[in-house]
Amino acid sequence: MNWNTLKHDRRTLWAGYAAIGIVLAVLPFLVGAGLGNAWLRILNFAMLYIMLALGLNIVVGFAGLLDLGYIAFYAVGAYLYALLASPHFGLHWPVWAILPLGAVVAGGAGALLGAPTLRLRGDYLAIVTLGFGEIIRIFMNNLNAPINITNGPQGISSIDPFHIGNVTLAKPLVVAGITVPSLHAYYYLFLGLALVIIFVTIRLEDSRIGRAWVAIREDEIAAKACGINVRNIKLLAFAMGATFGGVAGGLFASFQGFVSPESFGLMESVMVLCMVVLGGMGHIPGVILGGILLTILPEAFRHAAVPLQQAVFGKVVVDPESLRMLLFGLALIVVMLYRPAGLWPSATRKRELQGGSK
Amino acid sequence: MDIFLQQIINGLVLGSIYALVALGYTMVYGILGLINFAHGEVVMIGALTALTVVKLLAGSGLPGPVIALVGLMAAVPVCMAIGYTIEKVAYRPLRKAPRLAPLITAIGVSIVLQNLAMMVWGRSYHAFPAILPAEAHEVLGATFTDLQVIIVLVAAGMMAGLLLLINRTRLGRAMRATAENPAMAQLMGVNVNHIISLTFVIGSALAAVAGLMVSANYSIAHYYMGFILGLKAFTAAVLGGIGNLAGAMLGGILLGLIESLGAGYIGDITGGFLGSHYQDVFAFFVLILVLVFRPSGLVGEKVAERA
Repeated sequence: MNWNTLKHDRRTLWAGYAAIGIVLAVLPFLVGAGLGNAWLRILNFAMLYIMLALGLNIVVGFAGLLDLGYIAFYAVGAYLYALLASPHFGLHWPVWAILPLGAVVAGGAGALLGAPTLRLRGDYLAIVTLGFGEIIRIFMNNLNAPINITNGPQGISSIDPFHIGNVTLAKPLVVAGITVPSLHAYYYLFLGLALVIIFVTIRLEDSRIGRAWVAIREDEIAAKACGINVRNIKLLAFAMGATFGGVAGGLFASFQGFVSPESFGLMESVMVLCMVVLGGMGHIPGVILGGILLTILPEAFRHAAVPLQQAVFGKVVVDPESLRMLLFGLALIVVMLYRPAGLWPSATRKRELQGGSK
Repeated sequence: MDIFLQQIINGLVLGSIYALVALGYTMVYGILGLINFAHGEVVMIGALTALTVVKLLAGSGLPGPVIALVGLMAAVPVCMAIGYTIEKVAYRPLRKAPRLAPLITAIGVSIVLQNLAMMVWGRSYHAFPAILPAEAHEVLGATFTDLQVIIVLVAAGMMAGLLLLINRTRLGRAMRATAENPAMAQLMGVNVNHIISLTFVIGSALAAVAGLMVSANYSIAHYYMGFILGLKAFTAAVLGGIGNLAGAMLGGILLGLIESLGAGYIGDITGGFLGSHYQDVFAFFVLILVLVFRPSGLVGEKVAERA
């Protein structure tokens, strides 16, 4: 390839980035005007799920450690925000203090979970992380007596919205003469943080640490023999993944204004894992795609379930809620049957599969 | 002391149910190295099918145990068919796929079964008619019912039968050979696909029995019951050493005992700070401890390490 085509390639690349940037910037206004605020909220959740999926991707995709309790870190971040910025304890800490604290606490929890499980592999690791996730949820559910810490199953409500100084995202913002409604403002905030996380994971992937993770995933003993400190690198994977989860959790609490243990069940962990695996484990664009699809698909089914039945049978025959989950389950099965490496697998993984090795 | 004995009895009943379900997990894992995430839902379908039949016959004047038996006769084939279909549709095409792919299809199957059940039986809880003898007997201050005795005896019988099947028959030998090395078993004339299907079918039959037991014991069944039950049973299987039949039984009984003793005493131990609703924490906590100190489970043999 000569220099001219390379230069040309680079120019198209930047043009592509610019186009994506413009689309992302006007997306909330298009969605808000075309589909309504409900879909804008879903879009915001898609951003949160992308952050979660990328965090879990570090643990499952890069380091190859099957974690079924990942949502616990999301819960830690969310509850930390809820406790420190709500009338529940009468505390109203500023966001710039809580989010980093949430990241650190969640990262610490990740390392804490990782430490005893270092010797475990595969399915044993899966079940221990699953147990850990359930333990966290059960504690959140029951720590309302004798001392009321988490307010039990009722959860914590009227959490402070995201605010810095006097600027709050709960009310429409006026920036340079343009009024940005609250949902749109949250969208830009989440988008920005998601981009930061995407950038960090991309840089991590090719770094010394990222290569060490992949080495451990492929062959732990060989990695050890190459001088990789397996223990520390694994702990780092857990802590890193958990950190992202903690940040996303804090954002979730500020956006939703309400947290309860119900949002952090095993099904949520499974959902995030599905995003990673369905999208293409270890492949960042794939994982992002998985996050977006699995947030939007169930909602799309929800909106389609009633009209679809009315069109086919003339009335609503089955409960739309169960129909949408039924379709969702079927979609999971079908996609995995036809694309076992995920929708958008990385090139190496695809090659491995075609080579027939494990 | 009477509380202790009472909790031991409750734990044994709970544990035998866990053990039956855990066997389904461990048999599949032993042969395919795969967590059959949908197994809990098979138990749920078994419970609801049996319950529907029992409800239909409850007013017919037949003796209670006969009705329960008829319910079981209905539930077992249904579960067997479901188990067979799950394997055929969701797992067989993915045998050579990356390890997490079948896990995702399993989750998909689980979601599908749960929502199908919700469509058929609705969201409500179904009460199990009181057709089985529930007379309470008292021993040393603790009470137990005939039903509880039946559950423990039937579970023990089924487990003994399964052990005989695996260790003494031709079919069992073929199953063990397939678990050891599928390719080699195939060369020795074992129809591996057939054996794998059979494993799912047998596990599902056990699940149907367990389903009837759970709904009779708690007098209740609903579409969401399979999830937490499956989770506990899988925990039991891992606790004993997954892939190991005796381990699953031991793990099941042990988990049942730990849970009920934990629930009975946790209040006293922590001075009332933590109550009996921490029962589940107790189970998982013990599981984590066991795995940290004995990563292959209590009686686990060297499990081939699958990264």
